Amino acid sequence: MSGGNGNPLQLTAKDFKSDQEVRWCPGCGDYAILNVIQGFMPELGIERERIVFVSGIGCAARFPYYMDTYGMHSIHGRAPAIATGLAVTRPDLSVWVVTGDGDALSIGGNHLIHVLRRNVNLKILLFNNRIYGLTKGQYSPTSELGKVTKSTPMGSLDHPFNPLSVAIGAEASFVARAIDTDKKGLTEVLEAAARHRGSAFVEILQNCNIYNDGAFDYVRESKDNRIYLRRGERIRFGPDGEKGVIQHTDGSAQVVRVADVGEQALLVHDPAHREPSLAFALSRLQFETDGALPLGVFRAVERPVYDDLMSEQLERSTQQRGEGDLELLLRSGDTWTIGSA
Amino acid sequence: MAKSKPVEQLERVVIRFAGDSGDGMQLTGDRFTSETAVFGNDLATLPDFPAEIRAPAGSLPGVSGFQVHFADHDILTPGDQPSMLVAMNPAALKVNLPDLVKGGTIVVNTDAFNERNLQKAGYESNPLEDGSLEPYHVHAVALSAMTVEALKDVEGITPREAERSKNFFALGLMSWLYNRPVEGTLYFIEKRFAKRPEIVEANTKAFKAGWNYGETSEDFSVSYEIAPARIAPGTYRQIAGNTALAYGLVAASRLAGLPLFLGAYPITPASSVLEDLAQFKHFGVRTFQAEDEIAAAGAALGAAFGGALGVTASAGPGIVLKSETVGLAVALELPLVIVDVQRAGPSTGMPTKPEQADLLMVLFGRNSESPVPVVAPATPADCFGAAIEAARLAVTYRTPVFLLSDAYLANGSEPWRIPDLESLPQFPVEFATSLNDGDSFLPYKRDPETLARPWAIPGTPGLEHRIGGLEKENETGNVSYDPENHDLMVQLRAAKVAGIAADIPELDVDDPGGADTLVLGWGSTYGAIVAAARRIRSSGRKVATAHLRYLNPFPSNTGDVLRSYDKVLVPEMNLGQLRMLLRSQYLVDAVGYNKVRGRPFRAAELVEAMTALVDS
Repeated sequence: MSGGNGNPLQLTAKDFKSDQEVRWCPGCGDYAILNVIQGFMPELGIERERIVFVSGIGCAARFPYYMDTYGMHSIHGRAPAIATGLAVTRPDLSVWVVTGDGDALSIGGNHLIHVLRRNVNLKILLFNNRIYGLTKGQYSPTSELGKVTKSTPMGSLDHPFNPLSVAIGAEASFVARAIDTDKKGLTEVLEAAARHRGSAFVEILQNCNIYNDGAFDYVRESKDNRIYLRRGERIRFGPDGEKGVIQHTDGSAQVVRVADVGEQALLVHDPAHREPSLAFALSRLQFETDGALPLGVFRAVERPVYDDLMSEQLERSTQQRGEGDLELLLRSGDTWTIGSA
Repeated sequence: MAKSKPVEQLERVVIRFAGDSGDGMQLTGDRFTSETAVFGNDLATLPDFPAEIRAPAGSLPGVSGFQVHFADHDILTPGDQPSMLVAMNPAALKVNLPDLVKGGTIVVNTDAFNERNLQKAGYESNPLEDGSLEPYHVHAVALSAMTVEALKDVEGITPREAERSKNFFALGLMSWLYNRPVEGTLYFIEKRFAKRPEIVEANTKAFKAGWNYGETSEDFSVSYEIAPARIAPGTYRQIAGNTALAYGLVAASRLAGLPLFLGAYPITPASSVLEDLAQFKHFGVRTFQAEDEIAAAGAALGAAFGGALGVTASAGPGIVLKSETVGLAVALELPLVIVDVQRAGPSTGMPTKPEQADLLMVLFGRNSESPVPVVAPATPADCFGAAIEAARLAVTYRTPVFLLSDAYLANGSEPWRIPDLESLPQFPVEFATSLNDGDSFLPYKRDPETLARPWAIPGTPGLEHRIGGLEKENETGNVSYDPENHDLMVQLRAAKVAGIAADIPELDVDDPGGADTLVLGWGSTYGAIVAAARRIRSSGRKVATAHLRYLNPFPSNTGDVLRSYDKVLVPEMNLGQLRMLLRSQYLVDAVGYNKVRGRPFRAAELVEAMTALVDS
């Protein structure tokens, strides 16, 4: 790792802390995420000035203000679109999008799926707290069905999005999940996302201690319910690895007791599988139905990157036609000359 | 091709080619225009086509037309009424006949006047036989049959393809009739259809057959000549507004020294800006066809943050979706050019038809105090310079700028004297590279002259900063809820845009002397207003004209100009939007001439309106 001047970069977490006072509610999961990211940034080996955080609107969207990098706090749901324009014109930058469940999956849902299918070189961190925090507690597109909130006194009526299923459905080339307070797991996922060229989508389970406290206690508090996915390994979890995941012939995954099926029956995790079906099946495992939740990298495949393809077209066009000549352009087509009388 | 029949001189001609949307009328009109331009007439064109790609064949909504006005003197409009109508079927005749001057000439394709087509067009009897065309001079020509006959020896084409060459037969005939040079069209056919030599042969043969028909048929006893116009020396080309606009953006990118990024979503009549710019990758132009209008604007703004010339182009229904992003650009104080090719509305309205009713939307259609400069081209060729000007203001003042074109300018074309590159304004951008306040960087510390803030792009060491849509503290750019600071920032943003008045030309008034009436327009009504003013001056009346290219801020002398006339007429293709602004800002009793038909004004109607006011 070296800086632009050839010298090794000697950055620390402190270098990434801006001078702005962090103003999330005390106890918010966002603090943990901010700490992990500030701690992780030096490992990127990229100069601060080449890192940009772009966000939309919501609690999570305040994130760029606290990072001493370049940053833009934009408008609701639009960060992926804005970041696309930045990333494709500035391939020299490391562009990160910070978003929330409402920002990414409600108002910005369209931009999210399109940025993922294009595979723009962006790292997208979705802080999922399953609630609208900034507007004070309405249900979100990831809230469970029947969620009682101020805007849904008799319970919400809409079936929630599963963020990973959405991303995998959009054929994202990198999809992962981590927990705000799981420093090790989150750091590993961020490292893998940063290494990935193309769109990297990371769902971070984040506790909103004011409006949706304890939403993820089943994995935040209980490590036994965490299914850490590791490339090339059979999927096992729980105390002493007594549980595991199998895949049925219809493609669906199921949590089982290893003793019941035998170790050989367990699914081997392959995030690089050509088809997204395996990752999708894993994304369907939920605590509510399966008593556990997979974490880590679900999918990481190489796919042409939109920014690269666009740059290649520019280069090819310039090779074929020569660098654009404005004079020639204006004089293209039929011209005629009127002499002075 | 030598000619033998007598030739009559004419000063000006307005031809309208009309047929089914599948008949190739736009291509025919376009080629005739090129021939005319090369010949040296002054000209203006008005394509008029339905939004439907292929409305049912032979139906009234499926009629597509192309009008070209050419003359031996300088002209300003595509002509009020055609003197020659080429009608390829009964529907085309029915739709266009009311526009034709009484006593005008009609060339009809008799082969299309069968019972079925007559019925589709709603004719109870055949107008070619029932005497209803008595007031006109009709040339009944079996265009289809003669085309098919002329192509009978061409191998490799179907009878249907042979029949489809009839538009070139018609073009050949018109080229003969008006003594147009034909080499360009023959060359065009070879190039355009190079992949199918049999189609080259068919179209060439049809074109020549049409020309020869004029030369030999007794139906045409004379042909016409329109002497070349006296035009300022220089090299010219024919250019349509959207092409000029796209070229202007490419030029602006060079003049600013910034790579061009266009975010767009296909929409009539702005799509060709995207299509044209997509051709210019070798100019470093990046075009991004976004998932929606919002993303198109957002990506352009993101590109601007990174130091590109960010542009988004759309029409009214797309611009409304971009409003929030434009508001963000106002707050971020980043350059962004937003092209609005206005079309008739509200809602989807009439997508291919022009209107000027987006003015108040682009000025005020955002939440809160959100000032944005507005530049409006007056003619198709002016779209080039107006695009450069919009970009110059955007990058100089770090502000979003609206470029207000319309469907008439977008598709209309005129000869354009190609400018010398040296004559174009240079506005090289200097990004911030160093700290501007001791040992810190203040992203909102303004240039005292322009009030523009520094443009420090990511990748610049030491100038890391955060910007956003939340209100910012003056100079530091930190989030601030301080009441006095908010008031100050609102005032600063307003002052910055208002200050542009000192950086744009004063309003130029054309007043031959003694007028007490001013006609003030903006946008594409320019040609009709000036043509009408010429006519009423030739009747001995006095009238002054002026045209606003800048709608926000207005040129600094606008109030003085308005107050120096007793009467002010503001013709607009809306219900009086500029007039409302002028009345409120300058307290002048301006009156309007407002028609919202989705078509450009005719000079004749403006003559009436001006005469009435001058004589009042």
